Amino acid sequence: MHDSVTRAIPASAPTSRKPRLHSAMALAALAVAVFFGPVWLTVIPAWLEFPVATVVGDAINWFAREASIGGLAVKDITRLFAEFIDRPIQGAVVLLADGLFSGRGLDVKQSVPPLSWLAIGGVAVITAWRLGGRSLAFTVTICVGFLVLFGLWQNAMVTLSNVLVSVFIAAALGLALGIWSFRSTQVENITRAIMNVMQTVPIFSYLVPTLLLFGYGPSAALVATVAYALPPMVHNTVLALKSVPAETIECGRMAGCTRRQLLWQVQLPTALSKIAVGLNQTIMMTLNMVIIASMIGAGGLGFDVLKALRKLDIGSGLEAGMGIVALAVVLDRVSQAAAKRAAHGKHLQPGQQPLWRLLAVWIVAATVIAWLLPLAQLWPKAYLISTAAFWNNLVSWINQEWFDVLDAFRTFALLQVMRPIRDFLAAAPWTLVIGALAVAAHWTGGLRLVIYTVSLALFIVLTGYWGPAMNSLYLILIAVTLAVLIGFPIGFWLASRPRLQTAANLVLDTLQTLPTLVYLLPAVMLFRIGDVSAIVAVTLYAVAPAVRYGMVGMSQVPHARLEAAEISGCSRWQTLIWLRLPAAWPTLLIGINQTIMMAFSMLIIAALVGTKDLGQEVLIALNRSQVGEGIIAGLCVACLALIADGLLKAAAANTAIQRHRKNSL
Amino acid sequence: MLFKKVSGIASMLLALTLGAPTNASAAVPESDKPIKIMIADWTSIGLQGEMMSLILQTYGYTTELVVADDSGRYPGFENGDLHLAMETWQTTQQNNLAKSVATGNVVDLGETGLAGVEDWWYPLYMKEKCPGLPAWEALRDCAEEFATADTAPKGRYVGGPVSWGDHDENLIAALDLPFEVIHPGTDAAMFAELKAAYERQAPIVLWVWKPHWVPSLYDGEYVQFPKYEDGCFDDPAWGPNKTATGDCGKPYGWIKKMGWAGGEDVWPCAYQMVRNYNMDNDTISALLVEVDLNGRSNTEVATEWLKANEDIWRPWAACAG
Repeated sequence: MHDSVTRAIPASAPTSRKPRLHSAMALAALAVAVFFGPVWLTVIPAWLEFPVATVVGDAINWFAREASIGGLAVKDITRLFAEFIDRPIQGAVVLLADGLFSGRGLDVKQSVPPLSWLAIGGVAVITAWRLGGRSLAFTVTICVGFLVLFGLWQNAMVTLSNVLVSVFIAAALGLALGIWSFRSTQVENITRAIMNVMQTVPIFSYLVPTLLLFGYGPSAALVATVAYALPPMVHNTVLALKSVPAETIECGRMAGCTRRQLLWQVQLPTALSKIAVGLNQTIMMTLNMVIIASMIGAGGLGFDVLKALRKLDIGSGLEAGMGIVALAVVLDRVSQAAAKRAAHGKHLQPGQQPLWRLLAVWIVAATVIAWLLPLAQLWPKAYLISTAAFWNNLVSWINQEWFDVLDAFRTFALLQVMRPIRDFLAAAPWTLVIGALAVAAHWTGGLRLVIYTVSLALFIVLTGYWGPAMNSLYLILIAVTLAVLIGFPIGFWLASRPRLQTAANLVLDTLQTLPTLVYLLPAVMLFRIGDVSAIVAVTLYAVAPAVRYGMVGMSQVPHARLEAAEISGCSRWQTLIWLRLPAAWPTLLIGINQTIMMAFSMLIIAALVGTKDLGQEVLIALNRSQVGEGIIAGLCVACLALIADGLLKAAAANTAIQRHRKNSL
Repeated sequence: MLFKKVSGIASMLLALTLGAPTNASAAVPESDKPIKIMIADWTSIGLQGEMMSLILQTYGYTTELVVADDSGRYPGFENGDLHLAMETWQTTQQNNLAKSVATGNVVDLGETGLAGVEDWWYPLYMKEKCPGLPAWEALRDCAEEFATADTAPKGRYVGGPVSWGDHDENLIAALDLPFEVIHPGTDAAMFAELKAAYERQAPIVLWVWKPHWVPSLYDGEYVQFPKYEDGCFDDPAWGPNKTATGDCGKPYGWIKKMGWAGGEDVWPCAYQMVRNYNMDNDTISALLVEVDLNGRSNTEVATEWLKANEDIWRPWAACAG
């Protein structure tokens, strides 16, 4: 159908038919050259690979250990900074999780207990009630109850302390960067480039430099977390500010607003609901990082998960992981409700107490109760619930009863599907792969995209990571295909069932915040170490955006058109194929794009079950503390992701432009 | 903070039962600065860290247990963010430690007395399918017992993460074993496979190390390879294969304590205590079972051992009076 559109408007596509033909012919010529020409066109010759990693590693080591600015060592400056941000975290930990101690050495005892679960949980429930009504308060109560009854409370509060500070810093920084980018196109171009790279470089690859600069403990974890969670906040702030209608801004100007007033009182409030989307993503990504942060000294629930999984206590790992999900749900839902309320300009109803006063009264009351009733301070061990044994038995049962079926499936998938794709990609001449990418870029986006794509691909060649990169590509290709094939239909199905969507969103949030390790180990038990387990894990993680965008895309189809289709007697399948899918196509392309990005961010975790790709290179570099190799391999992951991103975005823009032209004809 | 509290309470208990140290010299502790003891995500380093922490606290030092990554720890030690670690395994960390000590910022505080064993290990039921075990020659004849569809006819051996070295590849080549090495990215994945196989009594041979809870929970034994001797790794003439190196099992390696060099000036006596600290495999293995399989806390188990064995650890603190 799209081809017919393209043909109808020959001049509209970025690259019209004739040059398209030329680039295809160039590729064919290249193929002939590769087939008959010298070997270096097929296999990357040694003279094309540079020892970039070593140079980068040396430079970073020098910077972190010896460099100084104005007589002050960089190391000392960053340490000072670490100490500075350590304060709020420590403050939060004292308040929420640990309390204060007097004496030291032998005489340490608790002088002031932390806020009780009753106080903190109550604050969450009351806030939820005020901002989101009864149903939100109910959700929050369940989450709090889960944490208390399953004995996860104290570690959850350690995690919460870290998360709150990280989210606050990421949100503030993201908002500031977003506003700055909104005001200046130059700044926007620079931040967008940096953010794109930051979002796709796996976190493990900048972990070692972070540790070098900021030392061990919560502050290094915080720096890494903020770096990871910042991009969506910046992107969404810029998008949100751009979406403010010109009329609204005009209106503000006419009322005599200064630039600052215009920003704070007109633009930001109008854009708030869209900025909240960014905040939501930032919260989710921060919680994604909890496991990795706990590896470098943040403690909390992440450490519980790691500890349980080391003992193969999958059930306890799942419970601690669900604790992270519970925190995510509370933070996300409450902040969404707050943003919605602010955007709608809701204020206190007559007779309502201001929220802060209610909370203050509650905290005092709960603290007194906790003082009188120890149960309200620390839930007794005897009353704790655990379902760990059930989950452990379930996995064992599946393992014993279903293994033969699963193993047959694994063998088939591995030998008949995966190995051939892997071998094909590994054997494909590098010049042809890059040539094919260039043609794709030419067709979708024009010359600039070609240069962009080819230089990113050449970076991988020059740094010597082409082999592992092709292995990553094969994993991503299969996982994304599966995720899209599973996710889109579910999304389409959910789109027409609004009642199920709340529950579906909960499941999707769980998939995205439940630490992957929790389902990685059962996957290993059932599918053994290797690529099959890796793909199962990556697919499970990447399916969430596919479902989400499938849902959004379908619900955007204009009703008038659907009615027209119904009147003209289309069957459901005809409506889906000829009307719904084309209408949703640009959104679906973005969905595929997001799915690919998610899959890339999981590569590094997939490496834990023994892949042989870029993720594994990063992991090895981390294990050997090789700063340079870690960063370069990480940048190669980013290159692959950016190539996919560039091509898909261009394709989506293309379709949108064509649609626009078509509509205006 | 979390750990500080936990160990704080434990040391209170300890103080109640042990009484204050007698004739503590006025010089100890030399500084109130907290000594940061590294712990990580496997049990024994946490247990031994707790043990050392409790001993130091008994003599008035302030300690903090800090979570760090096994291989990622070195920058932390070189910069003085981490002060002590009770376990550094020769089998995997030898080069890292040597490199770090060479910077001059890290000191090797001697062996713990534990010996790390890391080799090919199989569950006992495999002896029925492959009667020649534990002799390594048996692996040649029953490789197919260990095969899966994707490795057949070769056997499948689950090795350690790639970064733990390529000893197994060399071993397979040197001894001409029909096996393929599968590398996971993490030890948890290895033991997940073991657990799954053990539940089904299915064939498996994998890399297992000691002290660890796995040999206590599952019945099994190590394959007997030609025992490591000097020369195996660099003299082709050594061992059964006269033309290749690496035709032997892994060396039984030391597990060392390490520290930040700067700490030697801040807490000299504490560092002396760490140097004197000495344990053996059996003691630690027994304690690991308590922690890992009986679900007790490190603090509880360490306190119990310290109370029962004062005659062993008090002498380590001779410098404190």
